[in-house]
Amino acid sequence: MRNPSSVTSREPAARRSFALQRRQIQTILFQLRAFVALIILVVIFSILSPDFLTLNDLTIVAEHVSINALLAIGQSFVILTAGIDLSVGSIVGLTAMVAGYLISQGLPLPMFGVVVYFNVWVVILISLLVGIILGLVNGLVITRLSVAPFIATLGMLYAARGLALLTSNGATFPDLGGDPSLGNTGFPFLGTGNILGVPMPIWLMILFGLVASFVASRTPFGRQVYAIGGNERAAQLSGIRVNRVKLLVYVISGFCAAMTGLVIASQLQAAQPATGESYELNAIAAVVLGGTSLFGGRGTILGSIIGAFVIGVLSDGLVLIGVSEFWQMVIKGAVIVLAVIIDQLQQRWQKRAALA
Amino acid sequence: MKAPDQEKAPDIVLRAEGITKIYGGTVALDNVDFNVYRGKVNVLIGENGAGKSTLMKIIAGAETATRGHLLLEGQPVQFKSPREAARAGIGIIYQELNLFPNLSVAENIFLDHEALHRYGMLVDRRRQQTEARRLLQRLEQPIDPQALVGHLRLGQQQIVEIAKALARDVRILIMDEPTSALTTAEVEILFRVIRELKAQGVSIIYISHKLEELLRIGDYVTVLRDSHRIAEAPVSTIDVNWIVEQMIGRSVSETYVHQERTPGQELLRVEHLSLPRPGGGLLLDDVSFQVRAGEIVALYGLLGAGRTELLECLMGLHPEASGSLWIAGQRLRGRHVGERIAEGLVLVPEDRQREGLVPTLSVAQNMVLASLRRYLSGPALSRQKELAAVRRLMGDLGIKAPSPQTLIEALSGGNQQKVVVARGLLTEPRLLLLDEPTRGIDIGAKADLFRLMNRLASEGLGILFVSSELREVMSVADRILVLARGRLTGEFRREEASEEALVAAASAGQGPATGDEEAAHGPVPSGAADPVDRQAQATAPAASALEERRHQPRPRA
Ligand SMILES: Nc1ncnc2c1ncn2[C@@H]1O[C@H](COP(=O)(O)OP(=O)(O)OP(=O)(O)O)[C@@H](O)[C@H]1O
Ligand SMILES: [Mg+2]
Repeated sequence: MRNPSSVTSREPAARRSFALQRRQIQTILFQLRAFVALIILVVIFSILSPDFLTLNDLTIVAEHVSINALLAIGQSFVILTAGIDLSVGSIVGLTAMVAGYLISQGLPLPMFGVVVYFNVWVVILISLLVGIILGLVNGLVITRLSVAPFIATLGMLYAARGLALLTSNGATFPDLGGDPSLGNTGFPFLGTGNILGVPMPIWLMILFGLVASFVASRTPFGRQVYAIGGNERAAQLSGIRVNRVKLLVYVISGFCAAMTGLVIASQLQAAQPATGESYELNAIAAVVLGGTSLFGGRGTILGSIIGAFVIGVLSDGLVLIGVSEFWQMVIKGAVIVLAVIIDQLQQRWQKRAALA
Repeated sequence: MKAPDQEKAPDIVLRAEGITKIYGGTVALDNVDFNVYRGKVNVLIGENGAGKSTLMKIIAGAETATRGHLLLEGQPVQFKSPREAARAGIGIIYQELNLFPNLSVAENIFLDHEALHRYGMLVDRRRQQTEARRLLQRLEQPIDPQALVGHLRLGQQQIVEIAKALARDVRILIMDEPTSALTTAEVEILFRVIRELKAQGVSIIYISHKLEELLRIGDYVTVLRDSHRIAEAPVSTIDVNWIVEQMIGRSVSETYVHQERTPGQELLRVEHLSLPRPGGGLLLDDVSFQVRAGEIVALYGLLGAGRTELLECLMGLHPEASGSLWIAGQRLRGRHVGERIAEGLVLVPEDRQREGLVPTLSVAQNMVLASLRRYLSGPALSRQKELAAVRRLMGDLGIKAPSPQTLIEALSGGNQQKVVVARGLLTEPRLLLLDEPTRGIDIGAKADLFRLMNRLASEGLGILFVSSELREVMSVADRILVLARGRLTGEFRREEASEEALVAAASAGQGPATGDEEAAHGPVPSGAADPVDRQAQATAPAASALEERRHQPRPRA
């Protein structure tokens, strides 16, 4: 009595498939709009500045982008659950300082009267752990104490920045090249080295992007993240441990921020307490540009990475063609708002025309 | 096409002509004509997904037709928004409730046409509240106008939605499944209100899957099937069989035949379950019972009797509950829903919009959400495994969807409900908890669901289901438990159950105060001092099916 195909059976097959095709193309174009925007930007900049499309420049752009992309990847998980993480910029700063401290000062152990210098791998692990712990604190405050994500991570934004300043009393740790006699050399490779001619930050971006995409789209955890963003109560009643998933999401974001902090410190071969200031805004902008809804439940990791590219290309391109720093900010702001407007139009249009 | 000004029949207030609506690749309505007779109850009926709600949305200006037009009093009209339709005197109670949980009852009722102070731009709250109270009194529901809608149970929200429609002066009122969350008592009240409206000349469009209801209240019936209008007839000339035949295209024995089974071992044991009400008093008061394997047990009661809370306790959603729960002789220890699912329980919640569906996910993704671990291959979800399970359930439950990848929101209400049921079944439970599982699904699908319940029970599953429909309860259950104000007030074997006995048990405990009436959330509810209201309660025991105790006027001793 209920034949699933009977719903559409009365429309001529040809017209149906045509409607379907056109709809699919429209949908795909919309989903790729960040990508389309990216191509348009690249074309514009390469016309305005002949240098732009040289391989060298593109690698530089990609390196800049990778930093924002790493943050955006972590932020995507948070935003997919309808949360937000404002603390990533500060976590970037703190982890950079932790790495800088451990390499240049070592860990003093007063009770033994010694200073321990760790091998670079251990330094990296400890710094990542710091990011994980801060993410955990964010997550715990949000889930156990029911503090709104905006507030909890805003608090962490201040606290982590303060801690970053405290590690050095506001000073910079220079020369993170390490000392062969202490066995802690090699840190700069993370940010400046390359494998097969491709800079490490780009490899990291690719690695993080692939893993994150896989997790988001293919694993139960990813599905749970989307479900929580779509309807938290329904997710809970389906047996999803909402608090645990949310906790993990902030841990992931903290971890990505820590990785970013390491890459930046390694690129500069110095750690400054102001590292990563206002990077959270770039990350959020990238995620939103990539089509992820701030209300949660919709969006992709790939979209966020493309969003990061749009922002990166825009900033670097504007510098290259000599637009003043102040105008750069105005333009960036306009682009972000425009992207969200397009997103809203798409949703309205989708609701009207093609939910099916 | 006829000339628009050439009125066809004098008693038709609104006529839809040749309405076609295409959503992407789905034809929701195909060249449908529909007449609304003045001052009559115009019933629209059809299977899930037949296009009823779509047609109503077009009439109410929430959707625009792909083709076709509307004639209001013989004049062509085109509504670009619900606002325009409202201005033309068309009101609608949507199937999926349209309330703001963060606003109060009164604010919801007057949303968009707030009562203003005489000169100012300020909202006259007091007037809104008195008005809201008056409307709720008319519906015999002592709901506090200041209560937040988000704190109300589904049935109460439906009442608020009805009050909202009554707050406007309408000449055509569309009711899309207004009674799906109401119990018999509230339905009676609604019918009384409908008769009053009719007497005032208001034309009603009424959609429901409860056939007896339609025959009682309807004047004209229009049947939709697969996006087509199949038939129209005055109610006086037809019967249930006719409707079913028109709806489904062949005659179906709607009556469900109970299958005798010998229940097995005890599966669920509940002992001394109590749940405190926030603010004092008890939502559940020392409830004990068992469910055996292969047994279907119905939980009957009035709105607010604590049935939903009971199921929630079983799922571990109320850690503050006391008492002990056992499944197959093992103490239930799961501390959250996931662990309870692992122990073999699963709940299909009542409110599919708020608690069931994830609107951003597809049909398939919604369906597998509670059983994700079953589709793993390695660390990843296997699309084939997911789809195989989804396809099987879509077939079993007759879910009508263009494809498993369709967004859940594009499905008709009844089909959405089936998806939520399917999600529960995919966890392969030992004990299935269903909270109003037939809400909004058509008779064919109901029969399918009952057959499925029967099959599952014969396979040894225990089923505990909440229902407000007496007939359903009496024909499907092996045993019926009646809950009234948080207490178990009756237990009937199938053979010994009668409508009177069930209703009496359900309204038991409405007598003298037991001491926890003070557990009020808000001020003394409306109507407490209204003698008319009290009388209504005193004369009709079923009508005192009033909400939770906190809203209950203290009865006379
Ligand atoms: N927004 C939408 N996008 C795409 N398809 C839709 C949309 N809304 C409804 N449909 C489709 O239109 C058809 C008719 O749906 P409608 O909601 O009108 O059914 P209904 O008769 O009200 O069913 P029910 O009894 O289940 O409420 C269904 O096949 C449904 O999938
Ligand atoms: Mg409907």
